[in-house]
Amino acid sequence: MLLVPCPNCGPRNSADLRYGGESHARPDPATASPHEWRAYLYLRHNPAGWLRETWYCRSGCRRWFALERNTATNEFRDPPLPGDKRGGAA
Amino acid sequence: MARSLGQLRHRPPRYSAAALAWRGLRGHTWPRVWRDPELKTSYDAVVVGGGVHGLATAYYLARNHDITDVAVLDKAYLGSGGSGRNTAIIRANYLTPAGVAFYGRSLQLYNSMAVDLNINVMFSERGHLTLAHTDGALRTMRWRAEVNKLGGVDSSVIGPGEIKKIVPSLDTSDRPRYPILGALYHPPGGIVRHDAVVWGYARAADHLGVEMHQRTEVLDVLCSGGEGPGGKGAGGRVTGVRTNRGDISTPVVINCTAGWASLVSAMAGVRLPIVTHPLQAAVTEPVKMFLPAVVVSGSLHVYVSQTSRGELVFGASVDPVATYSVRGSSEFTEELAGHVLQLMPGISQMRLLRQWAGLCDMTPDYSPVMGFTPVEGFLVDVGWGTYGFKAGPVSGEQMAEVVATGRTPELIEPFALSRFNTGNLVGEKGAAAVGH
Repeated sequence: MLLVPCPNCGPRNSADLRYGGESHARPDPATASPHEWRAYLYLRHNPAGWLRETWYCRSGCRRWFALERNTATNEFRDPPLPGDKRGGAA
Repeated sequence: MARSLGQLRHRPPRYSAAALAWRGLRGHTWPRVWRDPELKTSYDAVVVGGGVHGLATAYYLARNHDITDVAVLDKAYLGSGGSGRNTAIIRANYLTPAGVAFYGRSLQLYNSMAVDLNINVMFSERGHLTLAHTDGALRTMRWRAEVNKLGGVDSSVIGPGEIKKIVPSLDTSDRPRYPILGALYHPPGGIVRHDAVVWGYARAADHLGVEMHQRTEVLDVLCSGGEGPGGKGAGGRVTGVRTNRGDISTPVVINCTAGWASLVSAMAGVRLPIVTHPLQAAVTEPVKMFLPAVVVSGSLHVYVSQTSRGELVFGASVDPVATYSVRGSSEFTEELAGHVLQLMPGISQMRLLRQWAGLCDMTPDYSPVMGFTPVEGFLVDVGWGTYGFKAGPVSGEQMAEVVATGRTPELIEPFALSRFNTGNLVGEKGAAAVGH
């Protein structure tokens, strides 16, 4: 079981949340080249280490938020608190 | 005569019942199955990853193309990754014409493997049933059956009555929450002993001169001329690999590392459309044979087969969270048990012996990524998700052809990395995975 520190609901079982995957900046659809857009859609860093990723607290606060997790050890680092800007910037 | 005897001494013995009896009665021990040579500083080709894919690639390079100066490197031991953790199911009943042709070829190679590699891989062609619990699933089964027939793969849709005849222990009544409406029946599907496949390829490749180096971890891929730092990335070419046992120079590096594919590709400056998820599996205590076919249920996220020893082997869908940790979870066993008992209420007293997890390199379209990358000499055979084991032989054969000829064979053209740039995805989710 993975305990996910939801900034609003506290630690919750990962089964209560939806995993959103790697968090990365979306290019501007108006100016992005097809190559950039496809790289955004498909390519992932998939590191074995610290990763900034998004979660959706589907059976709690029903909000998206971003967290940093070590994908090799499944530790979370410095979880955001309610109202923290980082928490909303998924 | 003396010469042939000398050769015999160096030639490993063939496996046969006669050899077993002879050696058993004479008290002879069996020699090491493969050599443990010194690591050289240069090879014609380096295969990263000593699983079925890597070993098969090395074997076919030597057998089909006479390229024998090949090293297979593995950071742990041969078959320590997905090759030793899968549920050993073999089938070719895919959804796209590209997938059917590809996995169909793999099935052919598995059929003749015991003879080709002189090892008993215990291939049991017992039939494969993919259950449909909804009208939508039944429609997909019909679709798959028709695509399979066109591709020369034996598949048909059957109803609950026929299913009950093939597997009497399945509950085909309307009692369960998701009653069984029909199934895609694929008679050539079956199971195989996965460790024997690994050992068979390793042994056969070793006979042909390929070197296997275990506990040899690739720390970096050395490149020159690329646009990124260290000469890596697009436009560059491979010059060698750095390992924990020293540098090796080589013009060709083939990445066959499945769950770790992104990490090894990143060493050459190549980004992949891959996310690594663990997949859990479990096995029960052995019981008398009662399950004559492989049974799969997409809606219930489970596949099950009974080994020749009598254990039931269960697999599921990948865990939803991307991670490199292979720790098991109790959620998995609880969900698995609930779903399996929907299918076969009669086994409620059976005990699970153990559970484990392997790493799956998932691609967005549930098809692999094979062939060339923007870095010259850096080839990939990755993106094997939950379907890599059954594709091992054909992947090795095709990747060897890529290395030897410098061209992509027609069979794997649809699986090129460039498809993500052109948008020509090969959607196999409906046939490659459970739990969708």
